[in-house]
Amino acid sequence: MKPIVRINQLNLYYGSFHALKNVSMDIPEKEITAFIGPSGCGKSTLLRTLNRMNDMIPGTRIEGSVEIDGQDIYGDHVEVEALRRKVGMVFQQPNPFPKSIYDNIAYGPRLHGIHSRSKLDGIVEKSLRQAALWDEVKDYLKRSALGLSGGQQQRLCIARALAVQPDVLLMDEATSALDPISTLKIEELVQELKSSYTIIMVTHNMHQAARISGNTVFFLNGEVIEAENTQKLFSNPRDSRTEDYISGRFG
Amino acid sequence: MIQRKEFDLHLEGLRHLLREMGEHVQEALKTAVQSLQNMDLEKAQLVVEKDAELNRMEEQIMDTGSRLIVTQQPVAKDLRKIIVAFKISSDLERMGDLALDVAKVTLRLESQQLIKPLVDIPRMAELVDKMIEESLTSYLDENTDLAYKMAQDDDEVDQLYSQILQDLYAIINQSPEKVHQALLLTLVGRYIERIADHATNIGESTVYLVTGKRPDLNQ
Repeated sequence: MKPIVRINQLNLYYGSFHALKNVSMDIPEKEITAFIGPSGCGKSTLLRTLNRMNDMIPGTRIEGSVEIDGQDIYGDHVEVEALRRKVGMVFQQPNPFPKSIYDNIAYGPRLHGIHSRSKLDGIVEKSLRQAALWDEVKDYLKRSALGLSGGQQQRLCIARALAVQPDVLLMDEATSALDPISTLKIEELVQELKSSYTIIMVTHNMHQAARISGNTVFFLNGEVIEAENTQKLFSNPRDSRTEDYISGRFG
Repeated sequence: MIQRKEFDLHLEGLRHLLREMGEHVQEALKTAVQSLQNMDLEKAQLVVEKDAELNRMEEQIMDTGSRLIVTQQPVAKDLRKIIVAFKISSDLERMGDLALDVAKVTLRLESQQLIKPLVDIPRMAELVDKMIEESLTSYLDENTDLAYKMAQDDDEVDQLYSQILQDLYAIINQSPEKVHQALLLTLVGRYIERIADHATNIGESTVYLVTGKRPDLNQ
């Protein structure tokens, strides 16, 4: 399996707090990788490292390297905007812009210089279809995105991320604010997206990780304890700390 | 650190039930073989009556285990504990049925004089009793070495069984009028030999519980 993300000896500090300790891993292309672990274990920090969202937090210091598609994303000539086009992100709370459904999706492509109406129409339809939202909204594209339900808003945010054709999609607790049916819809959607995108998700829902990911990484106190095929990790983990965590005995 | 007291308590409950089922099976086998040896119809009847209890315990394990799966969503070893409880309870239930079958032979013979003194059948039953004991201990103590050791006794059980068959064939050849009882006694040998196979299954469940791997001890 070809790795698309290669993390090598990554250390991250928030001021004096050592948040990630010697993290090294390869993340395979076009697969779903889940990061799990108790609060404060570093999983979201690592996720945010992958599109340099941590840059905005003052006092952050990084050692080691993160390569995406062969490029060191902390190298000198990296444009963060270009990186974020390549590495999209969906957050815990759906955060549509207070604009129409159409304009939410067209926002990114317009920012990147696409203004042709027919091209934008095509991108909007394709993205909404990929996010399994098209059939529900195709007749209301001009309506405000804020009128959609929470689950629909989250799928809209996924469509918005897909509209700029990223290689990698980061999902930070993307279903934890949703009802069970919307959660299942997103899980199904993510399964379908993996044929075209590399998906890396942080989840507190261990059964979600077990259901949909191919690989799971367990973090504890900023360290990777176990990175393993998901089925193996949830049926017969190597490390007793992993077993205790997934069995709900701490965390 | 332990946060799932309620869950752990229920898992412990499953273990207790299985231990109890195992004791039931041992008692049933002993009583059934004694009933045959002594042509004691009352004892045989006792085995018949007690079998319902074993079935009820198996159902209780199935109910508790499935409720735990639904409410606790166990993974890894916790899940294996429940899977193994299902498997062992069904093995024990079958073993109980086989002991019952032995008792039924006593009832079918209706106090007939035995065509030969029973020697190998009680020996076999004694060996199988030890296997049941060890298989359950291996499960309760999560002792895989004991599981493997116990499974080796199965060869001796098989040898005794073939010895029993040979003896009975010889009797049938010499005295064809004894064929009815001889056939029933070969069945008894077969029932007890099957009980040993189920004990071996329990050993396999133990190894699966501890290692997550599925060995074949029944070779």
